Amino acid sequence: MKKIKRVLVCAAVIAVCYLLETTIFRHLSLASITPNLLIVVTSSYGFMRGKKEGLFIGFACGFLRDLMGDDLLGFYAMIYMVIGYLNGFFRRMFYDEDIKLPLVLISASELLYSVSVYVFLFLLKSDFRFFYYFGHIMMPELLYTILLTLVLYQIILHLNRRLEEEEKRSASRFV
Amino acid sequence: MKAKNQFSLSSKYWLLILSLVCIILMGLSGFAGKSRGVLSWIAGYTVVPMQKGINYVGLWMSDVSDNFATMEDMKKENKELKEKVAEMTVENNRLQQNSAQLERLMELYKMDQNTADYPKVGANVIASENSNWFTRFTIDKGSNDGIKTDMNVLSGAGLVGIVTEVGPTWATVSSIIDDKNVSSMMLTTFDKCIVSGDLKLINEGLVKFEQLENNENEVKIGDQVVTSNISDKYLQGLLIGYVADIGVDSNNLTRSGHIIPATNFHELQEVLVITTTKEELKNRKE
Repeated sequence: MKKIKRVLVCAAVIAVCYLLETTIFRHLSLASITPNLLIVVTSSYGFMRGKKEGLFIGFACGFLRDLMGDDLLGFYAMIYMVIGYLNGFFRRMFYDEDIKLPLVLISASELLYSVSVYVFLFLLKSDFRFFYYFGHIMMPELLYTILLTLVLYQIILHLNRRLEEEEKRSASRFV
Repeated sequence: MKAKNQFSLSSKYWLLILSLVCIILMGLSGFAGKSRGVLSWIAGYTVVPMQKGINYVGLWMSDVSDNFATMEDMKKENKELKEKVAEMTVENNRLQQNSAQLERLMELYKMDQNTADYPKVGANVIASENSNWFTRFTIDKGSNDGIKTDMNVLSGAGLVGIVTEVGPTWATVSSIIDDKNVSSMMLTTFDKCIVSGDLKLINEGLVKFEQLENNENEVKIGDQVVTSNISDKYLQGLLIGYVADIGVDSNNLTRSGHIIPATNFHELQEVLVITTTKEELKNRKE
């Protein structure tokens, strides 16, 4: 039962972030750049809950994007999934109260995402203006995403903490 | 503590399995083309209605943030606008003369199809593809309203793009600035060229054109560029933009340069969809 609840909460978080990203932030874009909320979700579940969960959440986030875009199906799913998985390696270093590690990890994830989009969708089409894209798309997106991370991460952390408490409580009841 | 369940796979294997799924999906969608059938329809019925709702909230919020623009800015803008009105009046007079001239020319060339003649349907942009790398968006009209793939999409000012995917109540539009090539021509000389978008240029408010024949026909800055009669997806005579600069290529055979698009791609709210496709038009003629 607890597992189902967790899955539902995760699904809701992903759906809300995706919808916000495609609708409201389209109007609130700074310098025509929108933040990447799904990477925050993927990355934070990765280092909060471990490799496996990061992997699944990443897959779900990426797949949702694939469905609505018209590129190759499975492309974003793969990128997000790998990012979620890599974040899972840092679970042992993660403490609730520490904000530095999450910020660093989320920024790194965002950068990794941007660079892989550039490499696979632009560099392979022999578009070599990496530094232009770096300055005009990757960095603004990174900054905007970090700004929103400060808010969104707290929400995800809070949700996760409550779920974990509940799971602990119900586990001790059955001992 | 006992192992919870022996059947749970370690994360390494899950990564492998899901990667394979992704790769297979990429392969399949690469071969199968644009159609993705069931999945896309599910998304269309669940995600799109929610996007429609939230979009109104977003519109309202951007209105509110616009209201914060200070009085001073407004005054300055007002002054600028007044100057612009004067400028425009002069411009308008000139254009009216031009349009009379154009009408004559069109008759001469027997261009009986004008953009105004195509039947159009208005639609709202409800969501953007959430990526800063591409300009694709979803509109709130679909096959129920008679939208089909390959229909041309216009803003009030000029060509925006083309419908790539259609659901019952929504459709995805891919814009011409996503490194798509559009066959086009100079309205003054009827010389053909290729217009294509570019991420770097569009941030500077430009798109580029290439392969314009280097002949004696003079192309001036400010000349209109429209879709050509030989394009197999775009209808003839849709305004793309105005020539910003032009130069002769090093091969001395062709000319290329930049165009200021008539559409502001970053602030699309309403669009017009032309409900005739080039395909239908061709078949009708035959």
